[in-house]
Amino acid sequence: MSMQARCRVWLSAAAVVVVTTTGSTAPAQRIVSLIPAVTEMLFAIGDGPRIVGVSSYDQFPPEVSRLVRVGGLLDPDVERILSLRPDLVVLYNTQVELKQRLDRAGIEYYSYEHRALPDITTTLRTIGARIGSATRANAAADGMEGAIAAIRKSLSGVPRPRTLLVFERDRSSLRNVYASGGYGFLHDMLEAAGGTNVFADVRRQSVEVSTEMMLARKPDVIIELWYGDLARELDLSRQTQAWNILGSVPAVRNHRVYELAGDEFVVPGPRVVAATRRLAETLHPGKIK
Amino acid sequence: MRPIRARLAITVAGFGALLLVALVVAPVVGSTAISLPRVFDRSIPFADNLDAQIFFIARLPRVVAATLVGASLAAAGVVFQALLRNPLATPDTLGVSSGAALGAMLAITFHLDFKIAGLPAIPLASFAGSLFALAVVYALATGRRRGLSTTVLLLAGVTMTGFLSALTMFTQYLANFTDTFRTVRWLMGMLDVGSYQPIVTVLPMLVVSFAMFATLPRALDLISLGADAAAARGVNVPRAERMALVSASLATGAAVSISGPIAFVGLVVPHLVRLFVGSDHRLVLPASALFGAVFLIGCDLVARAAFAPIELPVGIITAVIGGPFFLWLLVRSSR
Repeated sequence: MSMQARCRVWLSAAAVVVVTTTGSTAPAQRIVSLIPAVTEMLFAIGDGPRIVGVSSYDQFPPEVSRLVRVGGLLDPDVERILSLRPDLVVLYNTQVELKQRLDRAGIEYYSYEHRALPDITTTLRTIGARIGSATRANAAADGMEGAIAAIRKSLSGVPRPRTLLVFERDRSSLRNVYASGGYGFLHDMLEAAGGTNVFADVRRQSVEVSTEMMLARKPDVIIELWYGDLARELDLSRQTQAWNILGSVPAVRNHRVYELAGDEFVVPGPRVVAATRRLAETLHPGKIK
Repeated sequence: MRPIRARLAITVAGFGALLLVALVVAPVVGSTAISLPRVFDRSIPFADNLDAQIFFIARLPRVVAATLVGASLAAAGVVFQALLRNPLATPDTLGVSSGAALGAMLAITFHLDFKIAGLPAIPLASFAGSLFALAVVYALATGRRRGLSTTVLLLAGVTMTGFLSALTMFTQYLANFTDTFRTVRWLMGMLDVGSYQPIVTVLPMLVVSFAMFATLPRALDLISLGADAAAARGVNVPRAERMALVSASLATGAAVSISGPIAFVGLVVPHLVRLFVGSDHRLVLPASALFGAVFLIGCDLVARAAFAPIELPVGIITAVIGGPFFLWLLVRSSR
């Protein structure tokens, strides 16, 4: 699954650019997508069949398993991309060398930059407009925004537990713990799901959390996200035990440490709605319709 | 000049007192204010005592780790400098740290999970890597019975560092993205061990290496004058050299397996200590071990408290202090 999503969580803390597009001619018919989130968006609006190549990390929807793999953020396989004769390549804004080569080959591209939750539907609308599927893309984006707003609404007035949202740590120990800071789609999802991020004051996508910080921030709830191969291999019920050493943390004392597995937590595409709903159901059982 | 025993007592007492102050102050200071009476208040159950948990779980293991790693790296630095008769010989410049890092990196990336004599894979791999790097460098520098060549030594050290770092990068490149990030972070040094377990695990290695260090000072004093002079004074030079090599590699490997490679401790500390106690290894070795601990405790305090809630990698702090110091040392020694 999307290791690129993970790397985005880490690497794009300083993201500033939103989304840019080059040129605009006839709607693209042969799309190569290096971005799992955009791949998912295209499939969600029914334009999946126009994709001819995807990144090494794409796992969803299952149809991608039949498509050609063309590398990822760090190792795009330019030869293979060119050999697919694409008329649009969706790539990361930071892939400057790949852009230069595509320019030379006269192939158009769509620069993607990952930011916060509202940018996901912005991306969906712009890529939709870019490939001539504006109506369906706008409808899907409206649907996503409406669903998130509905989750927010059904939780209005409900007490918001202070939550530590962990997206990375060593197996069975509390070393190398990384949690969502106060910026980015994980933070936004947590807030939409009726939680208060204990690291809301740190305006970064990821925070390296020391043992002292875990104790000092006193989260009421700890949610750990697992994804990729690890989510399938690990016995998640045992991962909670690692926290027992920190008995003074309210979440630990009150048995409110939750392990959630699923790639939807790290791919900022259409599945963020489902991911937000799962967070909300974890934080506020029975409150979501 | 006073007899060596008196000077040793003064030196150990002085640097020991400094370490004691560091050990007392460091766990009390941090990003969160804690109340000491509450930390030691037995009437509150430990599980509910936030101050005690911050003190005993978050801070004390870090301080203990910094003590052991700092002492090991500094002592190893002294031994390398004496053995190789070169002020720039350190675990970093000889490729020993890179070897240890590569060993540990292989163990981490390929999830090696064996034990030999109760020691887990990562410290063992790290020790093997440091010993391998040092053996190559040392063999090259002393080859063909031409005595120890400083130029060959440093060139071999630089070459080994580059070579081993390339293998480390290759290992990272083979790993998946998550592992790559973790190993990159690991290479920056990290003392937040989270429990005493990683420390206890390598304690046997550290005890053995420090016991070996304790036998070395006399031989190191003579060897640093030259191998022939040492042999003439009755030192079994090859044996002493082997002891020095193995003990310093053992200490470096154990330290690296706790914290990742932390640069410059093995360079800065021995030189700083020599400014105060002179060059007698009976003084330099214990003083460096004590001051190495103080130095790393201080650097880790900066790492965890200066920009809280953001944590800095401790290796960056030691390098920021150590880099300019290294340069100053070069300028000073060339004058």
